[in-house]
Amino acid sequence: MNLTLKIWRQQSAQAPGAFATYQVQGVTQDMSFLEMLDLLNENLQTKGEAPVAFEHDCREGICGACGFLINGVAHGGRRGTTVCQLSMRFFKDGDSVTLEPWRARAFPVLRDLAVDRSPFDRIIQAGGFITAPTGGAPEANNILVPKEAAETAFDAAACIGCGACVAACPNAAAMLFTAAKVTHLNSLPQGQPQRDRRTLGMVKAMTDELFGSCTNHGECEAVCPKKIPIEFIGKMNRDLMRATLHHRGD
Amino acid sequence: MLESKVPSGPIEQKWEKARFDLKLVNPANRRKHSVIIVGSGLAGAAAAASLAQQGYRVDCFCFQDSPRRAHSIAAQGGINAAKNYRNDGDSIFRLFYDTVKGGDFRAREANVYRLAQISVNIIDQCVAQGVPFAREYGGLLDTRSFGGVQVSRTFYARGQTGQQLLLGAYQALEEQVAAGGVTMHSRAEMLDLVLVNGKARGIITRNLVTGAIESYAADVVVLATGGYGNVFYLSTNAKGSNATAIWRAHRRGAFFGNPCFTQIHPTCIPVSSEHQSKLTLMSESLRNDGRVWVPKKKGDTRSPAAIAENERDYYLERRYPSFGNLVPRDVASRAAKEVCDEARGVGPGGQGVYLDFADAIRRLGEPQVREKYGNLFDMYEEITGENAYQVPMRIYPAVHYTMGGLWVDYDLMSTIPGLFVAGEANFSDHGANRLGASALMQGLADGYFILPYTLPNYIASTPLEKVDTSHPAFAATKQEVAERVARMVNVRGKRTVDSFHKELGKMIWENCGMARSEAGLKSNLAKIPALREEFWNNVNIIGTGEEFNQSLEKAGRVADFLELGELMCLDALQRRESCGGHFRVESQTPEGEALRDDEHFSYVSAWEWKGEGGQWELHTEPLAFEYVHLAQRSYK
Repeated sequence: MNLTLKIWRQQSAQAPGAFATYQVQGVTQDMSFLEMLDLLNENLQTKGEAPVAFEHDCREGICGACGFLINGVAHGGRRGTTVCQLSMRFFKDGDSVTLEPWRARAFPVLRDLAVDRSPFDRIIQAGGFITAPTGGAPEANNILVPKEAAETAFDAAACIGCGACVAACPNAAAMLFTAAKVTHLNSLPQGQPQRDRRTLGMVKAMTDELFGSCTNHGECEAVCPKKIPIEFIGKMNRDLMRATLHHRGD
Repeated sequence: MLESKVPSGPIEQKWEKARFDLKLVNPANRRKHSVIIVGSGLAGAAAAASLAQQGYRVDCFCFQDSPRRAHSIAAQGGINAAKNYRNDGDSIFRLFYDTVKGGDFRAREANVYRLAQISVNIIDQCVAQGVPFAREYGGLLDTRSFGGVQVSRTFYARGQTGQQLLLGAYQALEEQVAAGGVTMHSRAEMLDLVLVNGKARGIITRNLVTGAIESYAADVVVLATGGYGNVFYLSTNAKGSNATAIWRAHRRGAFFGNPCFTQIHPTCIPVSSEHQSKLTLMSESLRNDGRVWVPKKKGDTRSPAAIAENERDYYLERRYPSFGNLVPRDVASRAAKEVCDEARGVGPGGQGVYLDFADAIRRLGEPQVREKYGNLFDMYEEITGENAYQVPMRIYPAVHYTMGGLWVDYDLMSTIPGLFVAGEANFSDHGANRLGASALMQGLADGYFILPYTLPNYIASTPLEKVDTSHPAFAATKQEVAERVARMVNVRGKRTVDSFHKELGKMIWENCGMARSEAGLKSNLAKIPALREEFWNNVNIIGTGEEFNQSLEKAGRVADFLELGELMCLDALQRRESCGGHFRVESQTPEGEALRDDEHFSYVSAWEWKGEGGQWELHTEPLAFEYVHLAQRSYK
């Protein structure tokens, strides 16, 4: 099949960007979306033009490196799918497809479809861990974790840090990302000693990094490739309330 | 010349003895010492966090935008540990035994024993960090069985164990970043190693956003940069996984161990077209409940449902009745290749076999199968458009892991003093074939529990003159790196980087993949230098070195693969025996199984770089087996 691509081209964070239009021919149904872009890039380079920069690594939906908007929807709109997992069999001959990078003040564009997501690392630094210096851990089965707690923790820990939640949110909030880590660690017995400090620290970091706040649109959940539910934001808010009460007057 | 530094004494006591003999650094002095760690996967992040906790100043580098993206994240199945929680006969000795045997007797016994000992601490450490392992209803840890063994010792977190273990290590790393113990350098690719007076004292990196070539100095350098499976172009590795760091170190004097030992994983989604950019692994855990089969008849293109039970060949169960579908990876892969070579393969091009869950669904019910493997079935459907609850999956072997890597001694130090190598990047523990769920174990053992002992010993026992980046060695190496980048950019030829990579990958896959012959390897050794020559005269990289330039990044990695690929073939050619994943067609039993030649090849090959144009010198480290008796591996 043949496609028309409208792609955001921007040479660097400082340079102005604009859409450019390309035709790609010979796209097959068994290609992934990124393989279609590989084909475009091979053609562009053969013609002496700069290939489109986009981030990707594992190409199986787990590393979280890839991600951009396809026709305005983060990761292209198939439920539970990253861009790299998106198959071309969901497109048809003659389709026109628009690609643009995550749009958020906290995620400046580096080049074309690649953005800087380092604020996420800094949110983790503010409390997204359980302090357990190497060597000091007790025997693993001395810590009993109810299966339900382990399941909730896992559902939250499945976050791949791709940034789609931020890109989809009208407020460019990082609430789903932050709530996922807070829920993962706060659900576990091991996470209790640092529960309040973690919640307060991560929420503050999120605000300091210029992300917005949640106003319950639910767009984040809709585009999350790991189907992380928006309820976790509620859990985080409850934990925040709890932590704030515990630390009145600090 | 190759001094493995294995401690004396009974194998059970070697590591304990070593830990007592290794010298310590006073806590007050640790801040004075600096460590560079390249790579932020399981081994790198674990080492960075652990060494920073001890008080060393750590600089950690990764080429990705965040350390959380390291390819360890993609490991699905699980992590082995000799906890014996199942009361099913497991022990440290059995894990050691299984790993040495599974590696087809080409690993160093003392290293493997230490790995088995440490395995139990790893689970404790990861649970304390909050890794959400699968649990029983009573709250205890759950385990499952995995290929190549007969006990249930694999701990797992659904099908995303690598992700969860990596996030545990990443979070520990970020905690140390916040505490000031680690300085993280993301989007920084190591392009060379700097030696001062014969010791590793720093690295040269390229900033992947601005293109700036930068120098970093330290007392010790650790490479934890993963494997080199992407030599094959198509593999299950992430697209960015590369050999540049270890290859640059090899060219500076680090010997390369067993380069031809690569693992072809039996359960991957088959190749569908020429445009395919990578292969997707389906966890080996699927073989616990899936049955592998092909039609008995050649060229049978009927749909699987139309093929009656008595017309199917469950070839693994037939050939290996005691292990059945759970034979080790090398055996399962080779068996799949054989049935496809006999024209009994299924799917487009006949390069595939069925992995059928119909029996498991009948026995356990679909909900239980979904609970165990749901995410894998979803992933399969997303890629192939087929529902594996209704039709059997199609699978085919794909390159997955490299057992070879930089040669290291018992302390994980390479032949360059002060250069340590951890995780998949070293050659150490898996011999000629890695058992499932052992890679995560090894990466974390190296990072959490071995380097934090052996690296301080080096610092404490070595006179380290004060060196910073103003030393002339840094300027000289930096200059070489800058010239190489400029030379590559200025070729301005006609072929894209990927076209070279694909051509190399095909050659290596055909002649240095699942079956290797003298003629095939010699043909590769003639062709690879010519391809390399063409690369340097005809590659086309758009843009400059002073910008965000993904083609340039790829080009540097492919240039190194073009050298490493040659060494792999050279190594495969000299090893005129079959062992583990290395199958020389000239060396097989009458039943077609791999035939080792212990008399001549019971050694680690360690190659020394001797200059441009395919010049290497082979050194060998003889392997002795005192605890696991050499035997022809049998899974029948």
